[in-house]
Amino acid sequence: MEQASHTFLESSSLVWIPLLPLIGAFINLVFGRRMPRWAVYAVSIGAVALACLVAFYQVFGPLLSTFRAEPETAGSGFTQILYTWIEVGAFKSQLAFRLDTLSAVMIMIVTFVGTLIHIYSTGYMAHDPRYSAFFGYLNLFTGSMLILVLAANMPVMFIGWEGVGLCSFLLIGFWYENEAFATAGRKAFVVNRIGDFCFLLGMFLLFWATKTKFGASPEFGSLDFANLRSPAVGPAYLETFWGGDRLAAAAAIFLFIGACGKSAQLPLFVWLPDAMAGPTPVSALIHAATMVTAGVYMVCRLSFLFASSTTAMFVVATVGLLTALAAAFMAFAQTDLKKVLAYSTVSQLGFMFVAAGTGNWTAAIFHLGTHAFFKACLFLGAGSVMHAMEHEGSATPGDIMTMGGLRKRLPLTHITFLISCLAIAGIIPFAGFFSKDEILGGAFGVEPPGWIVWYGKLLWAGLLIAALGTAFYMWRLYFLVFAGEGRSEPAKHAHESPLTMTVPLIILAGFASVIGFVGLPHFEHVHLPHILADWLEPAVTAKWNPEGTEIERHASDATTAVLMLIALLVGASGIAGAYLFYGRGPSKTVAKLVEGGLGPIYNASKHKLWFDEVYDAIFVRPFKVLARGLFEVVDRFVIDTVAVNGSAFVVGIFGRMSRWFQNGNVQRYLVGVVFGGALVFLVTDISDCRHAATFEYKLVGNQLELHAEPGDGVEGATAKIYWDLDGDGEKDKDPAKPGELLDKRDVTMAGYSGPITMWVADPITRKEVKVTKTIDLNVSKGAK
Amino acid sequence: MSNLLWNIGYPHFLVLAAVLFLIGVVGVLVRRNALIILMSVELMLNAANVTLVTFSRMWGDISAHTFALIVIAVAAAEASVGLAIVVAVFRGRRNVEVDRLNTLRH
Repeated sequence: MEQASHTFLESSSLVWIPLLPLIGAFINLVFGRRMPRWAVYAVSIGAVALACLVAFYQVFGPLLSTFRAEPETAGSGFTQILYTWIEVGAFKSQLAFRLDTLSAVMIMIVTFVGTLIHIYSTGYMAHDPRYSAFFGYLNLFTGSMLILVLAANMPVMFIGWEGVGLCSFLLIGFWYENEAFATAGRKAFVVNRIGDFCFLLGMFLLFWATKTKFGASPEFGSLDFANLRSPAVGPAYLETFWGGDRLAAAAAIFLFIGACGKSAQLPLFVWLPDAMAGPTPVSALIHAATMVTAGVYMVCRLSFLFASSTTAMFVVATVGLLTALAAAFMAFAQTDLKKVLAYSTVSQLGFMFVAAGTGNWTAAIFHLGTHAFFKACLFLGAGSVMHAMEHEGSATPGDIMTMGGLRKRLPLTHITFLISCLAIAGIIPFAGFFSKDEILGGAFGVEPPGWIVWYGKLLWAGLLIAALGTAFYMWRLYFLVFAGEGRSEPAKHAHESPLTMTVPLIILAGFASVIGFVGLPHFEHVHLPHILADWLEPAVTAKWNPEGTEIERHASDATTAVLMLIALLVGASGIAGAYLFYGRGPSKTVAKLVEGGLGPIYNASKHKLWFDEVYDAIFVRPFKVLARGLFEVVDRFVIDTVAVNGSAFVVGIFGRMSRWFQNGNVQRYLVGVVFGGALVFLVTDISDCRHAATFEYKLVGNQLELHAEPGDGVEGATAKIYWDLDGDGEKDKDPAKPGELLDKRDVTMAGYSGPITMWVADPITRKEVKVTKTIDLNVSKGAK
Repeated sequence: MSNLLWNIGYPHFLVLAAVLFLIGVVGVLVRRNALIILMSVELMLNAANVTLVTFSRMWGDISAHTFALIVIAVAAAEASVGLAIVVAVFRGRRNVEVDRLNTLRH
């Protein structure tokens, strides 16, 4: 496989397969409202049909010729790398698509069934005003699913994984004016998110496991499927992780929980029955081509990982079996046409997971394919029936108790529905027989290392019961809808649907009849070709890693034949039982049984084993209480009261206070200015700026020069300066003017040691300031 | 007291100026009649003039006289404009109470 990764074949047109529907979605969602109906139809159908053509060309052209020449290379397939999407440290992921034999099967189913459903929708949605949004979403849904199946690595797969989750939300809640329908859409989204989270965890684990192997520069990125598959990484899956089991077990179980969300397996199946809220073509799309098959596809895509841990395989098979049984049980008492079909899908998906869990990848994909055809046919048939009922004014168009006798009124719908019912019940030669028989036979003969020896037989027995239930409830549905006489006025006057709806039905029914022949049963002595198994062989693993033992299902020809006979008998007896009870409409025997001893069982089935109620009590209500508490405390109190209103309140107080000042009365402002100014003068300490009266002296030669500094203010300007230069304490006389005191600023005198006094006298205020300095020439020679 | 009367000096002028200024301030602050307010403003301006001239003489510096003359000129201009406004307002409203001239407030 390491060498194979270097011989990848390039292809440049793969991207168009998912891109065409996405372009269609873009046109319809952005411009659809201004486009006429025929243009919206043309764009959406054209986009998917073109994608279908490209897909078939790719598969039957280059891939098939490569497969014929080198089967091993075809398992790695064609790759188209668009660009490097993420590159962070050791992690590298490219936006790349890869077509190998496994994704080839998927894209053919998705685009072909998708195209038929698009065509059918033009009839079904002919009267809906939001047709452009509807067809935009349908295209987006198909495009997302194609990204998912064509992804060359896990991050790209996750884009599609999230895309289909988003589209299911948009389409299930398409008629969101109805509260219950909008809730159903939300439920689908939330339940899927739980799975998506685990898918992410699984992805991270895989990256963690492989980063040491592909640290430097993987050719295609560290989560590329080809790299994950390569023998170099194999040992990483086997390292112990957490509780001692292999890393593969943890990663695979996380990923499987993701698959449970997408493919409606046991704890997370609750969204699918409610998903019937969407328009019927959406149900067909979800159940047949897109969405629910994603989980099964992902498990088969990562077959090497799941096969590395028989613990994970055990979990997958067990969950699949329990789901198959529980869903089959829940379908018994449903009276809504689409709900019965929904539970049958859940149940059939359980079959596929048992197949995957027993290493029977081919059977899982085989059943996925056959189921896509007959389930799409059943859903579109149901849509046709409900369309007819609604047209005649039935308030509850899906209630099978009000139907009956429709085989005469809707002949085309009837015949296609009949074929699909035969197929799902597993009657030879219709498609379901071969795929279901392969699952049953595979479970019977499988003995994975580490499993209890008889566990395969237990799975087989459980699936037989589920198959019996399937045949019974599907034929109960058939008899109640089509057999007998009409039990309500609309049922008596229903008309066949338009050709846009019946033609896809006929095509799907045709495939449901013959598609089973691509996988004929395996006998040792009579060689029958199993085209699908040969085709898929290079893409899925054939070994239980790392023991390297082949996944074997050894059964003698006799055993195989007997098993087939038992499966056929079980299907037939289911039909017979349904005919017994419901052959002529709802019989009194059933009513009597329900009122009698079987009442509790009937109620359990009717209330789907109270799953919704239990989830409501365990998860939804506590969460609501928590949310309510957070809302009251954090939102209402902390944010609203304290943060928002609190700050507004504080600002308001300041505002009210300042409003009191700013009253528009200029004289009031002036008062403020005057008093403020006065206050400034009062509080300002100006003593530092004031110069007190003093004098300086300086020795020049023998002469002492004195200079008076009278200080600031009025005193200074007009003051008289008197001196006492001889130290007698009296003001000296002016030698030049006898009788007057010496009054000079600057005085020069002979050297002198002793006290000198200066007076600054203000003639107006009669204030006198006296300054005395003692001069010691011996000490402070040259000083001031 | 007798000294104060006989020996008129710079402080007397300064105190007079301060008193005039205060009268002006109080007049501006408490009176509502625009005419009185204008008169009070004139008082304050002239108080400033007295101060300027006093200090000018005290420091023996003539330049403050220039300021005093400018102030007188400005005061004259201000009085003429102010009185014109007061007269115009009075013609329109028959009163010149400043706190009733509040149309622009709302």
